[in-house]
Amino acid sequence: MNKPQPSIFGSVYFVLMAIFLYLPIFILIVFSFNDSTVLAFPLKGFTLDWYRQLGNAHELLISARNSVWVGVLSSILAVLLGSLAAIAMTKRHMPGRNMFLSLASVPLVMPSIVLGVAMLVFFRKVLGLDLNMWLIAAAHVLISIPSTILIVMARLADFSYNLEEAAMDLGANYWMTLIKVTLPISFPALVAAFLTAFTTSFDEYAMTTLITGTDTTLPVYLYSLLRFPRRLPVAVAMGSIIMIASAILVVLAEWLRRWGTTRTPKEERV
Amino acid sequence: MRDETSLNLPVSSKDGRGGIEKKLTGIPRKSQLALLVAPSVLWLIILLVLPLITMIGLSFQKSAFGPDSEVFTFASYLNFWQNSAYQSLLGKSLWISLVVAVLSIVLAYPVAYFLAFHAGDKQGMLLNIMIIPAWTSFLLRVLAWRLILGSNGLINTFLMWLGVIQEPISGLFYSVNAVIITLVYIWIPFAALPIYVALLRIEPGLLEAASDLGAKPWQGFFKVTLPLSIPGILAAFLYVFIPTVGEYVTPALVGGPNGLMIGNIIWDQFMRGLDWPMGATLSLVVMLIVLLPLVFMAKAAQQTGVLGGKGE
Repeated sequence: MNKPQPSIFGSVYFVLMAIFLYLPIFILIVFSFNDSTVLAFPLKGFTLDWYRQLGNAHELLISARNSVWVGVLSSILAVLLGSLAAIAMTKRHMPGRNMFLSLASVPLVMPSIVLGVAMLVFFRKVLGLDLNMWLIAAAHVLISIPSTILIVMARLADFSYNLEEAAMDLGANYWMTLIKVTLPISFPALVAAFLTAFTTSFDEYAMTTLITGTDTTLPVYLYSLLRFPRRLPVAVAMGSIIMIASAILVVLAEWLRRWGTTRTPKEERV
Repeated sequence: MRDETSLNLPVSSKDGRGGIEKKLTGIPRKSQLALLVAPSVLWLIILLVLPLITMIGLSFQKSAFGPDSEVFTFASYLNFWQNSAYQSLLGKSLWISLVVAVLSIVLAYPVAYFLAFHAGDKQGMLLNIMIIPAWTSFLLRVLAWRLILGSNGLINTFLMWLGVIQEPISGLFYSVNAVIITLVYIWIPFAALPIYVALLRIEPGLLEAASDLGAKPWQGFFKVTLPLSIPGILAAFLYVFIPTVGEYVTPALVGGPNGLMIGNIIWDQFMRGLDWPMGATLSLVVMLIVLLPLVFMAKAAQQTGVLGGKGE
């Protein structure tokens, strides 16, 4: 690779863009310490009250717990389903491969509102189910399948064939190869896919709210708070904690995705 | 997993273990591969294909519940065809999505360019800096834009403090502009990624060749770099445009009555218990409008690998 030339315009632009991207987040964090129930300028003074009140905000904590539950369950399932499919997709002779990949990409490009109302109608009218958290988790599995497949496929693209072949030369059958070679190779991708799926699920509002029954997830609860501004600062405090936690998660996921991968830049697939 | 063994796809039956496959015991048979894909296929069918089919059925019903639900009718489609309010709202949504997509790409391109060609070994870190905001709470970031654009928001307070304005700027909040600004903000990192990937794939030799042949840097950019990054631009366009058409959360939070989009009407039809068949029809129209260009552009997007295409 060529030695990159320094670019003053590029650097300045990047810094400005970073400020633009982080300004709203910074403002929220500032407001989580603002001594006023009204989220508006001018700022009133410093307080830790909103963070203290977090412990008593039962509904908020319950919805956060629900979100963690939905996130963990749906991410585990999405990684399980998606990685198995991705392993099969690395084989070019797989019949219907392109058809499957097209179908699996649909949740990625389907507008959330369409997906949400379609599921709402299907669950309520056709299956006659009461809306519950299992259904939310199932729906989150669906929207995380595409990213899982992409991440695991990208990881396996370089490795699996030669190593798998070696295992087979040594007499391993397919399932054996899968367990002893393919899955360990894809482990970093599995963790990265899990984290990606979890952050997606944890933040999903537009579709989730349509299929939410009595138990709410955190984003759904946060949205309902917008109508009761008095309790909003506590939610903003919680949001600040979550934002910093998810930033750490993202860095971890990225780091794992690159870990041991030589062709780093080429793997930047969304 | 539960009953996937009973789900052997047809391929398994005709798959004898003859020919070349006999040499290595480990080469997966098609039935084994089908077994790996089956759970995902099952999931996609139950939670995606069947609900969409249900929606198609619903759009032809006279009403969602009661005896009228048995009546087959084109009324909702006719209603859409004749009601200019729906059409203008759809047109406005498409227009907003187009503006948002173009602005996001224009603003994201220099970032992607900088990352790909000038960031050196800091590339990974700087890329993360770009991506992290995209993974923090969507709702809270939209809320933050209320705090920035609102009448007691950052911009108005600041400008009034400076004395530039006496009254809060009215067109800033609860308007189409607010929707566009917020969505562009949301999408910039997503637009930057595919462009960045496309730029990385450009052979440095090509630019060198161009400059050896006497092309100035800007000529090299317009004749080599920009054309070669078009797959990335298209992918970015799709990534922004498609979800924006159906967007309803951002308009509801910052758009006000003038900033509503087609997604808000779909929401009303279902959640305010108005007219489910009409809502289904509008959803399907939105879906068709979104998916049709996708089919045409899929090939371009596949080259960048964004839609999990064939790879090389």
